[in-house]
Amino acid sequence: MKGLKIVVLAKQVPDTRNVGKDAMKADGTVNRAVLPAIFNPEDLNALEQALRLKDKYPGTEITLLTMGPGRAAEIIREGLYRGADNGILLSDRAFAGSDTLATSYALSCTLKKMGKIDIIIAGRQAIDGDTAQVGPQVAEKLALPQITYAEDVISAENGKIVVKRRIERGVETVEGTLPMVVTVNASAPECRPRNAKFVMKYKHARAVSEMQNADEDYILLHNNRPYLNIGEWSVNDIETQAEELGLTGSPTKVKAIENVVFQAKEAKVLEPSDADMDELMKELIANHTIG
Amino acid sequence: MNNVFVYCEIEEGQIADVSLELLTKGRSLADDLKCNLEAVVIGADLKGIEKQIIPFGVDTLWIADDKSLYPYTTLPHTSIIVKLFEEEKPQIALMGATSIGRDLGPRVSSALHSGLTADCTSLIIGDHEDKKNKKEYKDLLYQIRPAFGGNIVATIINPDCRPQMATVREGVMKKEIRSEAYKGKVKNIEVEKYVKPEDFIVKVIERHMEASKVNIKNAGIVVAGGYGVGSKENFDKLYELADVIGAEVGASRAAVDAGYASHERQIGQTGVTVRPKLYIACGISGQIQHTAGMEESSMVIAINTDKNAPINNFADYIITGDIADVIPKMIKHYKLNTK
Repeated sequence: MKGLKIVVLAKQVPDTRNVGKDAMKADGTVNRAVLPAIFNPEDLNALEQALRLKDKYPGTEITLLTMGPGRAAEIIREGLYRGADNGILLSDRAFAGSDTLATSYALSCTLKKMGKIDIIIAGRQAIDGDTAQVGPQVAEKLALPQITYAEDVISAENGKIVVKRRIERGVETVEGTLPMVVTVNASAPECRPRNAKFVMKYKHARAVSEMQNADEDYILLHNNRPYLNIGEWSVNDIETQAEELGLTGSPTKVKAIENVVFQAKEAKVLEPSDADMDELMKELIANHTIG
Repeated sequence: MNNVFVYCEIEEGQIADVSLELLTKGRSLADDLKCNLEAVVIGADLKGIEKQIIPFGVDTLWIADDKSLYPYTTLPHTSIIVKLFEEEKPQIALMGATSIGRDLGPRVSSALHSGLTADCTSLIIGDHEDKKNKKEYKDLLYQIRPAFGGNIVATIINPDCRPQMATVREGVMKKEIRSEAYKGKVKNIEVEKYVKPEDFIVKVIERHMEASKVNIKNAGIVVAGGYGVGSKENFDKLYELADVIGAEVGASRAAVDAGYASHERQIGQTGVTVRPKLYIACGISGQIQHTAGMEESSMVIAINTDKNAPINNFADYIITGDIADVIPKMIKHYKLNTK
């Protein structure tokens, strides 16, 4: 049988383990420029599922699609190193301040432009927002069915897809038709490591906005090896309604932000008494560490 | 019209706890807004289900009862909710932050172009002034949630789009019956008018209960035990605590070697490295081989009988005491302060 056309939706996320005071802008949106950026963990689980399908169905093509600033091309390279075939970076000021709905709209417009796709696969949620909304909202906007909380894409052949999904108290195996949107859980297998051969091949892969200061030799290298050019699309490359984009297209607004960044401090010494344990639990609940 | 709606999940004939908690919260929001509370339940064999729902103060219960609607699949439930919301125009809609609510909610919000806030920890009614556009909003739903890995708490509002949608995790809100004698009416949804045949494109072919695999690496909270826990029975107390506060259980090499925990839970140089926001070290002395695997935790609570244990150098809270005494107290006071 012929291979599948798979698009992996991935997001470069600020590493929420290292959050400083300047992490939020005055308008309540995230100041990504000051934070270390990583490949969203569950999107790596999603990439692994795509790579397994590629192993199983030769001829399968995996495209990594990400929306973000120029430096988000880093995760496309990371995907190429692990076996993805190509990538598209969707990058434009017009998308700034998007909530999940405006993000899903921009991604769905891009996916429409990419032609026939069999499976759109994404991580369940991103660690910066933990909303788990973009996958299902992309599916709705493309009028495609969805399978969320996937742990194993068992098969995808003859127009059918079978997926094992993790639900609260057990597992469920579901069958649907292609095309399908699938979101993958952290409980799915971890992504394979980089492949040295692919690292050699793609280490100079760059998106247009990363090539602005490139010298002539580097431009020549990219002209000679077209696979080193990471596709970069702006709002002008897709068909959109301006009022659906960015802050304007976002129904949810951030009204207020309370910072709960933990300060380095002296250790508190507690007695194993009811009073101290009560105090401890109150503190942990109040600063949202637990509960 | 413009009432508060709660989507009720059902599992084997029982309304899920999270839904009952949302009904309780929904009732109090409806009281604040002086409007009605309505509930929707979608499933099969729902005869008599109103007895579980109306006592929570539900004025109208919508029931879609058809064998094709259980177990839950995305599209039929979405079709019913979207059409019902288009007709009834709720101002607020609440769902559980479960594998169902987090599958259904975004789909519905996308179809209705309404905002949705996931995993809210608090919901209150308040006003809002949009200074830039000089607009005043009365009685909006403040959707309050931690974001950014728990480093900030954000208050989210949907000024212009309805319904204002939010999901909430189980156990966050309290569950309280309004009155056993509460009078609410039941409305049956004519399923065939709401659902299309093509909505049944995804079929559940097999379902079974199965414990989830150990996943300490990505856990937000880790309760870890060392040799100092002393016995397998004491180690069980760690599981109890982890269960209550939503944590995973980890172990030091010495605890694994002593047979208190399986190897997949081992944290440290020869095990897994974890970076949770809270690490509770129980009876762990703090050998470097262990601390190498947990030193990047955001917050550490060390419980140890030895007040000079090296682990205390990493701790934000030091509790000098016995596991068998301290952990039950932590569980007790966690419960007292959350409900």
